[in-house]
Amino acid sequence: MILDRLKTQLSSLDPRLYQIASLSTLLLYGVVWLHFDVSVLQIALTLGTALLTQYAGTRLLKLSSFDPRSPLISALSLCLLLRTNHLEVAALAACIAIGSKFVIRWKDKHLFNPTNWALVIMLACGFGWISPGQWGQVAWFGFLIVCLGSLVVTRAARADVTLAFLAFYIGLLIMRALWLGDPLTIPLHQIESGALLIFSFFMISDPKTTPDSRMGRVAFALCVALAALYVQFGLFKPNGPLWGLIACAPLVPLIDYLIPGTRYDWSRPSNGHGPAAASNPVLVPLSIHQQRRSL
Amino acid sequence: MRRTLVSALTVFVGLLVWSGSASAFCGFYVGKADTKLFNKASEVVIARHDNKTVITMANDFKGEVKEFAMVVSVPTVLEKEQIHIGDPAVLKHLADYSAPRLVEYFDENPCQVMLYERRSMDALKSLPQAASARPERERALGVTVEAQYTVGEYDILILSAKESAGLETWLSENGYRIPAGASSVLHSYLKQGMKFFVAKVNLGEQAKLSLAHLRPLQLAFESPKFMLPIRLGTVNADGAQELFIYFLTKQGRVETTNYRTVRLPEAQEIPLYVKDTFGDFYRDLFTQQVKRESERGVFMEYAWDMNWCDPCAANPLSAEELRGLGVFWQENIGRTGRGMGQAQNVFLTRLHVRYDAAHFPEDLVFQETSDRATFQARYVLRHPWAGQDECPAATAYRQQLRERYEREAQTLATLTGWNIGDIRRTMNIETASAPIEKQWYQRLWVN
Repeated sequence: MILDRLKTQLSSLDPRLYQIASLSTLLLYGVVWLHFDVSVLQIALTLGTALLTQYAGTRLLKLSSFDPRSPLISALSLCLLLRTNHLEVAALAACIAIGSKFVIRWKDKHLFNPTNWALVIMLACGFGWISPGQWGQVAWFGFLIVCLGSLVVTRAARADVTLAFLAFYIGLLIMRALWLGDPLTIPLHQIESGALLIFSFFMISDPKTTPDSRMGRVAFALCVALAALYVQFGLFKPNGPLWGLIACAPLVPLIDYLIPGTRYDWSRPSNGHGPAAASNPVLVPLSIHQQRRSL
Repeated sequence: MRRTLVSALTVFVGLLVWSGSASAFCGFYVGKADTKLFNKASEVVIARHDNKTVITMANDFKGEVKEFAMVVSVPTVLEKEQIHIGDPAVLKHLADYSAPRLVEYFDENPCQVMLYERRSMDALKSLPQAASARPERERALGVTVEAQYTVGEYDILILSAKESAGLETWLSENGYRIPAGASSVLHSYLKQGMKFFVAKVNLGEQAKLSLAHLRPLQLAFESPKFMLPIRLGTVNADGAQELFIYFLTKQGRVETTNYRTVRLPEAQEIPLYVKDTFGDFYRDLFTQQVKRESERGVFMEYAWDMNWCDPCAANPLSAEELRGLGVFWQENIGRTGRGMGQAQNVFLTRLHVRYDAAHFPEDLVFQETSDRATFQARYVLRHPWAGQDECPAATAYRQQLRERYEREAQTLATLTGWNIGDIRRTMNIETASAPIEKQWYQRLWVN
């Protein structure tokens, strides 16, 4: 009874609050226990710049209201992933991330996931780097549980793209190991990256930058997984999923054209179940970045 | 006659080296008969820029030179010009320059600084060599000896194989013994397109050169893969192995992307008596850190721009020396500045890893970052001021000194896992500090 009520209450909360809580906990653990190379000043600056950019964007485009939740998620993800020795780079990344939502758009959807976009630009310019191996097993397992928990608690319908991506990516890694005759400890070790979890649960699942239809999203997840593995084992570069997502993002309009679905609407979230979803299939995002409410 | 085969390998860069007794290698040792040889510590220098890579493998083999052979896996078939012999002295210089260090400071007279000296820990040495081989029947086995060169004291055979079974048969028919379990790893590497070569000591050349030790083998090649294959090295290893990797890069620090790269604790003040046992201290500290990271960490011992150091455990390497280690991107500077020509755009990262198959299932994969922040594993000895002057400041100083000794003892115990009681005894502080220990309320009301 109590449990059911708690569950109902939790699922009625904005899933982004849950995400903010889990990302913040993880960041705290990373800084205190794992000694992530990110200073308190850098964290403050990243969060501050992201919120300011969101506010400025809201004002400039005369949107109805300022919502700090999505920029906070983007900024926390940046703090967890981006490493740099220069505070201005951290600020610039936050500005580019949130700014891209307002600038790079296609038919009222922003094209790139903000965090992903900012990270790729910073990496390409050599301003910063990502340390994907810095998590260790404990943090990784803990975060995995939290991420999976978020799927249950928020009953996020856009979990499909996350689960599809993980299934394709891990499945292909296992197939590669079998083909090479490697022990399965190798693919299991390969997925032990905090960056992969943040990517799967907080980037690729962005409802505004994924295809509108479920089949489209699954196809999109497959493309991203293939591109990620190509970057990793064909080009021998780290951070395959990030590059894979950026490379595949422009396919979204095409997939939406080929397999149309109903556009996600933040102002009318639903869990994807029930009749409402049929007439107005808006889905609760798993993760996400604030979109312009009235657009 | 069986030969001993050591295999080191670098996949892309792969190579494999091996050694006998107390040194290390990133390969596996194919033991001869009952000879109990195992790899302990190896040193590899990787100079890399724009996919162009030069690997220097130091060889600390301490067995019968005739028994020595090494199998190295590489990403491409190498031409003779791509294989070279390095200067062990330069490697030694690099190891000394980047070694964890002990620094001494002397307290000033509190009534009214100093001098420091350092001492460094270093890494390794090396020894002799030898063996010979001959190729036959390769075709039937799907193994082709692509080329055969003599480079310095080494005979090099470049093999191309299609099947790991053929490669294994060839190796055993030629007197090498492959440890159980290596087969699947060879199979995996072959499928990933790796090539193999065997390096043995050419006894004639070795005698002619009258060398006491085997010199480092160097390979230059171009490959997008930035990794070091360690899997073969874990196959028959008796316990964990030590590996020191020195990276010379243009942009900045290098770290592993698939394991945690951890900075060692640094700049900690430790008791003075450690000066005489710095080697033991550092070894135990390292072991303690390995445990703390659940035996899965890669440790950074040094990261510094090659232009300078502070304090210097040894002078920075000259442009000439760096070129010897494969730094190819600063030819001009090297030619102008003679002798101690200062190196520009060379960043050194020194990583130290203790690995075994259980905790390091996958080869080490690296990335170069744009981080040029400096780091050194440095430990501090602070000599107290021993003057007899009397003044309020001196009284306070002497008071603090006892607390400082206790703090240093605690630090040492935490860092190394040594027994705190033993440390206090050695420091002679038990008696000194015991009567001073006051309860909090005694300190509250000073009466």
